[in-house]
Amino acid sequence: MKPFKPFESRIAVLAADNIDTDQIIPARFLKTTTKEGLGLQLFHDWRYAADGAPRAGFPLNRPEAQGAEVLVAGDNFGCGSSREHAPWALSDGGYRAVVSTSFADIFHGNALKNGLLPIKVPAEAHRKLLEAGSGARVKVDLESQTLTLPDGSTVGFPVDAFPKRCMLLGVDELGYLLQFEQEISAFEGTRQAPYDTRMKV
Amino acid sequence: MTARTLYDKIWAEHIVAQRPQEPALLYVDLQLVHEVTSPQAFEGLRQRGLKVRRPDRTIATIDHSIPTTDRSLPIKDPIAARQVAQMSANCAEFRLPIFAPGSGHQGVVHVFSPELGLIQPGMTLVCGDSHTATHGAFGVLAFGIGTSQVEMVLATQCLLQQPSRNLRVNVTGRLKPGVGAKDVILALIAQIGVGGGTGCVIEYAGEAIRGLSMEGRMTISNMSIEAGARAGLIAPDEVTFAYLKGRPFAPEGAAWDEAVARWKTYVSDPDAVFDREVTLDGSALEPMITFGTNPAMGIPVTGSVPEPGALAAGVERDGLTKALAYMGLTGGQAILGHPIDVVFVGSCTNGRIEDLRAAASVLKGRKVAASVRALIVPGSEVVKRAAEAEGLDRIFLAAGAEWREAGCSMCLAMNGDMLLPGQTCVATSNRNFEGRQGPGGRTLLASPITAAASAVAGAVADPRSFA
Repeated sequence: MKPFKPFESRIAVLAADNIDTDQIIPARFLKTTTKEGLGLQLFHDWRYAADGAPRAGFPLNRPEAQGAEVLVAGDNFGCGSSREHAPWALSDGGYRAVVSTSFADIFHGNALKNGLLPIKVPAEAHRKLLEAGSGARVKVDLESQTLTLPDGSTVGFPVDAFPKRCMLLGVDELGYLLQFEQEISAFEGTRQAPYDTRMKV
Repeated sequence: MTARTLYDKIWAEHIVAQRPQEPALLYVDLQLVHEVTSPQAFEGLRQRGLKVRRPDRTIATIDHSIPTTDRSLPIKDPIAARQVAQMSANCAEFRLPIFAPGSGHQGVVHVFSPELGLIQPGMTLVCGDSHTATHGAFGVLAFGIGTSQVEMVLATQCLLQQPSRNLRVNVTGRLKPGVGAKDVILALIAQIGVGGGTGCVIEYAGEAIRGLSMEGRMTISNMSIEAGARAGLIAPDEVTFAYLKGRPFAPEGAAWDEAVARWKTYVSDPDAVFDREVTLDGSALEPMITFGTNPAMGIPVTGSVPEPGALAAGVERDGLTKALAYMGLTGGQAILGHPIDVVFVGSCTNGRIEDLRAAASVLKGRKVAASVRALIVPGSEVVKRAAEAEGLDRIFLAAGAEWREAGCSMCLAMNGDMLLPGQTCVATSNRNFEGRQGPGGRTLLASPITAAASAVAGAVADPRSFA
């Protein structure tokens, strides 16, 4: 994971609530055993007609949405399955942040672990972004936890201190967890495993 | 000592360490692994030169990508075949037990593991699968995680976690005949919404919950995630203990008595305070069915599809309009009698023996409508054997339904079992998202008896008409 630096980008607007992870990356594309290349199938069934041709009416297919690194979507983004393929697909598709009024829990955690910043903004700021539409520009600064809107105003957003530090430094949680070897061993000494691998069945 | 909820107790017992201003290390008693969300985690271990810390706290199966047709044949889809082979290879390399097809215990990850008696009150359990919430039915803190976390648990048996809020759902009264666990959870999600449980761990309580079997309780806990909650717990009781007794991995003899005494402590204290409480009158519930493209879009089978015009202009109305257009439904129309093409009975929500018995009770002596394809997919090899021992397979086959091998199948259409574009399916699974059962497919979620009744009618039907 690379350190997360401030950046400026155009936005792509997808104004629907409850966008689930089956839309972000349909299950039939989860047969892959790697993390790479999923951007091709991002929002596949919304982006492409049955014959594979891009759907002209899909907001992310419009010219003004091209090259956007910030996706603006409706409430409860990322609900449904726990597939980490969803943030992998978004990142592979070029996005570095998603802005919404709320996020589903598992998606939120998965995004942070992959350098994809979930930005939760109040309804008023969200409305401004929807009105500005795809192609408008924003600035994202994780250090100061601010999003600069197309009209130049700024809005703050929440991020837990720990994942924020990990993202800014570009380090992952597993490295942190591995420092606790002694504590984990001590804790395990007090607990019985649920089964013995030599058991019947 | 302050009064604590069931969730608070399990949480507190599993904290390994916590530094100031940092998340807690939560110990995981058991991780379940399947082929879809684990390959990248094993690859991560390889790249870092790490081992699986506790193979005796990890257990694998294969469920999502495998065909539910004849298992003696090779898997036709080369990408699925590679993923399935990778799961077996990873288990061999990292020395993990796997219940593969043909082992006698393979099944949907949330069906095979309770059957083995692996899921016991007071545990913490994770899996790279959002329906891990299922195991909350045993008074277990069980939740779905992403692949990065699968890797963390494989390597350290721990996760970094912030505590959730406590939400208690009280389902009062007794359910009417024809109304079951699936109807309860669909009614709850319709009431609180798909984001209604975000940030919360639910505890289900009340007379209607106590009156359910373990299978029914698993159906309820399973769909907690469809309300946005990570986990959905039910305090263990005599029903739980009776289910566990004699299972392969359940304690025996004196250890059993000790375990039951311990398990009985996993209840919320009488004066425990919940951050939020929701009440549902169980005695007033009707059989439920969904009409739209998320699980909160549910109505009684006797109800009408909502009219977008009744909502104020905005994203919500646009969402309903789009959902109805996708589903081929019109606001205001009755859902009863809406024609269907496919019925799917199975999944981690409703693929257990009790669910198959319920479907068989309707199909016995009846025929699936000529216009309908009905798939009955047992949740595990154990369920399949049990159903065949009872003669349920013969009832399904005589009715003209397909009797298939165990797996996730048409719940998420990864394995080739899928709807054709435009087809409408009454499914006992958990998600009706656009394309969930195949691109362009339309899903109506319902209970096993509603699904079976609809198969016979060739259209959405009220199961009480088939009693």
